Amino acid sequence: MHIEIDEISKQFGTTAALHPVSLSLPSGALVALLGPSGSGKTTLLRILGGLEFPTSGRVLFDGQDATGLSVQERRAGFVFQSYALFRHMTVFDNIAYGLNARPRASRPTRAEIARRVTKLLELIQLPDIGARYPSQLSGGQRQRVALARALAIEPRMLLLDEPFGALDAKVRKELRQGLRDIHDTTGLTTVFVTHDQDEAMELADLVVVMSGSSSGGRIEQIGKPQDIRARPATPFVRDFISA
Amino acid sequence: MSDTPNIRFRSATEETPTARWVLIGLAFAGLGILVFAPLIAVFVEALADGVTASLKSLASPDARDAIRLTLTIAAIAVPLNAAFGIAAAWFITKFDFTGKAFLITLIDLPFSVSPVVAGLCIVLMFGANSALGGWLVAQGYPIVFALPGIILATMFVTFPFVARELIPVMIEQGRAEEEAALTLGASGWRTFWTVTLPNIRWALLYGVLLCNARAMGEFGAVAVVSGKIRGQTATMPTTIEMLYQEYLSVAAFSLAAVLALLALLTLLLKTALEIRHADQLAATHRH
Ligand SMILES: Nc1ncnc2c1ncn2[C@@H]1O[C@H](COP(=O)(O)OP(=O)(O)OP(=O)(O)O)[C@@H](O)[C@H]1O
Ligand SMILES: [Mg+2]
Repeated sequence: MHIEIDEISKQFGTTAALHPVSLSLPSGALVALLGPSGSGKTTLLRILGGLEFPTSGRVLFDGQDATGLSVQERRAGFVFQSYALFRHMTVFDNIAYGLNARPRASRPTRAEIARRVTKLLELIQLPDIGARYPSQLSGGQRQRVALARALAIEPRMLLLDEPFGALDAKVRKELRQGLRDIHDTTGLTTVFVTHDQDEAMELADLVVVMSGSSSGGRIEQIGKPQDIRARPATPFVRDFISA
Repeated sequence: MSDTPNIRFRSATEETPTARWVLIGLAFAGLGILVFAPLIAVFVEALADGVTASLKSLASPDARDAIRLTLTIAAIAVPLNAAFGIAAAWFITKFDFTGKAFLITLIDLPFSVSPVVAGLCIVLMFGANSALGGWLVAQGYPIVFALPGIILATMFVTFPFVARELIPVMIEQGRAEEEAALTLGASGWRTFWTVTLPNIRWALLYGVLLCNARAMGEFGAVAVVSGKIRGQTATMPTTIEMLYQEYLSVAAFSLAAVLALLALLTLLLKTALEIRHADQLAATHRH
């Protein structure tokens, strides 16, 4: 799905989180939102997912105005920074949650739900952990379960907030490849937030560099990783990627 | 360096043995005088004329009416307060708004207001002499000296228990799981039942137990609004007091023993909860 962000701004009371930003994300792209802390990356991601509403501006999905769509109607697969797995449910029930939440008419049968959950567990290469609780998983396993749970609803796009933030370097590398593979098999437009420029450059098709200031976060440059490396558009970008 | 000197290390917070024994002794003496002795005395007095006399006094119409009324009050006031407590805690922890700190203080108000004053406020507002109370009495729905007034008074006094237990737990758990449920397509209502409520269930039960213990034992506010009409508005605590004033000590202490047993049962359940689910309770996080 093609995502268009048109002059979106966001104020939290008196704090400006986003200066009006515009951005066009081609269908099927793997996009990194890269920037220092406080540059509005999470805010922008949450606006896309419908968890936050913009103060001004529009969001368009495939050319249709989606600004007023509720979070449920967005059908965005959202992976939270702390994963936000349901602590009192097994991994199986976590992944099945979105399917069970559908209205009765469109809810798959029990057997179909079980089949899909099993398939997703295989996709994340953890076929045997369905009966465990989140507290019994490692950080990397939790992250992959959160991804499977988001994919279970057959989302229109995938939004991930610092998906590798809390993991050690080795697991990060493995999971990066995992995300790339899942993106390539599903073909979903995928946006992930990071402040690690290596991660953004290595993984993404398109990198959006953001900067923060008291008047809100702004977009400094949008481009392919190699273009940003070769031709930083602003002094901020040059400093940020050489840091 | 073969002969390591034999030094005993003592942690900075450790007391000398004597100091420790004196402190432990004091604590036990305090507990004995203030808690155990009175508790034992209640049962001794209740059984002063034998078990039969005690049971007979409990079977008297006044005692049975009092027990029934107290259980009725708890059965109505506690679920209502649980519902209000959940609503208040949910509102306070899941939304951002100005005046939040003030609202939290307001929830604690019943803890700092004397129950007698609370009872008087209810009499002032709903008594037959007030406009609202007079009108309600004319319609045939008296509040004061009737069950609704007693329930109002009990609810006022016990309001903070559930909300206070839930607020810290819900703040610590944050909103992320609820938000995840919403992005997965769940409605707000479904999110509440499948995510919020299961996450707070033990804290809720804990709060409800505390609320229940207090609801059954409340004296001051209820004494003011109920009028203590025997067989109608006299609860267990007020009946105990009346019996005692009439020198019917076996009857008074028998009823008191029942109330004490109910409280002990609550304490037992509460302790069991603390042992099994300590990680999910606010009370165990606070200190
Ligand atoms: N709910 C909120 N209420 C008030 N201010 C907020 C809220 N959420 C974000 N902000 C502010 O908006 C700005 C952007 O925050 P945001 O979380 O989007 O940054 P970020 O780029 O994700 O940073 P980080 O890398 O630290 O996660 C910050 O100044 C932040 O303080
Ligand atoms: Mg962030």
